[in-house]
Amino acid sequence: MPAIVSLRDVVKTYTRGKQKVEVLHHLSLEIPQGDFVALMGPSGSGKTTLLNLIGGLDRPTQGEVTVAGERLDRLGSGQLAKWRARHVGFVFQFYNLMPMLSAERNVELPLLLTHLNKAQRRQNVAAALAVVGLSDRAKHKPAELSGGQAQRVAIARALVADPTLLVCDEPTGDLDRATADDILHLLQALNRTHGKTIVMVTHDQKAADFASHVLHLDKGQLVEGQTAAA
Amino acid sequence: MLRQILAVSSMSLRSIPQRLGTSLVIVVGIGGVVAVLVALLSMSKGFEYTLKGTGSDARALLLSAGVTAELSSYIGPDSVPLLRELPGVRRGADGKPLASAEIVVITELRRHGGDVNVALRGVEPAGIAMRPEVRIVEGRLFRPGLQEVIAGRSARQQFSGLQLGARLQFRGSQWTVVGIFDSGGDAHESELWTDADTARSAFGRPGASGVLAELAPPDPATALQTLKNAVTADPRFQVDVQTERHYFTAQSQGFTEQITLLTAVVTAIMAFGAVFGALNTMYSAVSARQSEIATLRAIGFSGLPVMVSVLAESIALALAGGAAGGALAYLLFDGMSVSTLGQNFTQVAFSFAVTPGLLLRGMAWALAIGLIGGFFPALRAVRLPVADALRAG
Repeated sequence: MPAIVSLRDVVKTYTRGKQKVEVLHHLSLEIPQGDFVALMGPSGSGKTTLLNLIGGLDRPTQGEVTVAGERLDRLGSGQLAKWRARHVGFVFQFYNLMPMLSAERNVELPLLLTHLNKAQRRQNVAAALAVVGLSDRAKHKPAELSGGQAQRVAIARALVADPTLLVCDEPTGDLDRATADDILHLLQALNRTHGKTIVMVTHDQKAADFASHVLHLDKGQLVEGQTAAA
Repeated sequence: MLRQILAVSSMSLRSIPQRLGTSLVIVVGIGGVVAVLVALLSMSKGFEYTLKGTGSDARALLLSAGVTAELSSYIGPDSVPLLRELPGVRRGADGKPLASAEIVVITELRRHGGDVNVALRGVEPAGIAMRPEVRIVEGRLFRPGLQEVIAGRSARQQFSGLQLGARLQFRGSQWTVVGIFDSGGDAHESELWTDADTARSAFGRPGASGVLAELAPPDPATALQTLKNAVTADPRFQVDVQTERHYFTAQSQGFTEQITLLTAVVTAIMAFGAVFGALNTMYSAVSARQSEIATLRAIGFSGLPVMVSVLAESIALALAGGAAGGALAYLLFDGMSVSTLGQNFTQVAFSFAVTPGLLLRGMAWALAIGLIGGFFPALRAVRLPVADALRAG
């Protein structure tokens, strides 16, 4: 499979006060299309920084980041926003749903950036909620949903615009084991049956076991790669 | 883009109840500014309405040259008959000129325990005839030769002791209130009127403060010019000629200028405070919504809808404050009767006038404060690094 994510000699430096901190050190990486990759590593190893670069939320200090055929390191913030709308679905640890909107209105948000009309948007929202098994919760607001249900809504929101890539930052970090497993099964199904490429940051080895590949980061460098057991 | 703007702005507005306490800072702050602004300007507007609504363009007022108020003017008894006969002055059915040589003196009345100056105007019969706006609403007109007065309706409301039959003491002589007149709420309603000859005799002033003359038809403007030319051409007269309305309009100018300046200073100081209140509130709002904003940006919403949404929230709160302030000013002040010292050194009663124009002006101030108060927080919202904001949220 061709690489959908390609990083070459990427350096990412943050400035904290007068000090410059290099978080990623000349990191190179390729993720094939249709893969399900877990990024693991201790706190401060650069997992989220790497995920942000792949998801187009941040730009490298140095090096090339190519995702879905686009050189992200060359895009301005406005262009990156448009690129994200077309290519990336985000799933966050704390769901990041809009509290004042119902589940279906939350899921509809990415579609407001497309040219779809209202009827088409409604149809796609219903389909996405059906995929995550929450058709009966469409009218509920986030406060009326359990953690697992809220995360499913967030996954439906990430899926609804049919992105090239799903970027998940600790998607089960706020859930109990059983609910976390449900969510991971759902992600796995999206990868296996819908062919979605997924990059997931996690601290949890059991979560990582659901991925096809696990990448370990330490002090801003990849230390090893392994295929997950699941 | 419009769809993005509407969606994000709608979310922003719908999230206000979650931040009701801090949001009220904007509403109350701007409400106060607008209430004070509208109240002060409504006082100025009411005074202006009263004076500009006084008099007519079809009547000319002749005063001593160079004076700005009737009280300072004096036209000698020799000049008065000559002035009446000048071209440009309308004549009645009896062929006599429609002109009234009037005398204005200061009298003292009581109001809320203190003495106030009130104008007593001596009016000739022609002065009553040429002012159709003047109607006796209670009692009757004064009789020539008797020390009787009629009081304007505003004067009776503002000052004590002007009920029908009341006895007034002016310069050692006693006067009786025999009637109340209405002149459409204009400045004359703050006065007492009596017979001109009686006043001249009682106050020892044989001439007149001014001569009010009705201008000859068909075109009062042409008649005014004719009258001015006649006065200028005759070296016996040291007199200025103007329309009655122009005179009273000019009377309001000093007061309205002072009030406008006072309003500008007070409003600017309060608005300055309100802008900081709005800035503080909106920075808090952006901070509270940091995670939501970052999530929207991550999904792909661009900076403009986010910026507009913060501005929309700030403007919505500001307009709510403006509407509340305007409503408060209207409820408390509109139609409230007060009096102040006019250029004649006599009290002029008037009512606060909260007009739609003033309310719009108040809303414009609210909008401006909301825009300034929302702009910088909106800029911060747009510049928020998405990755950092997501982590902080």
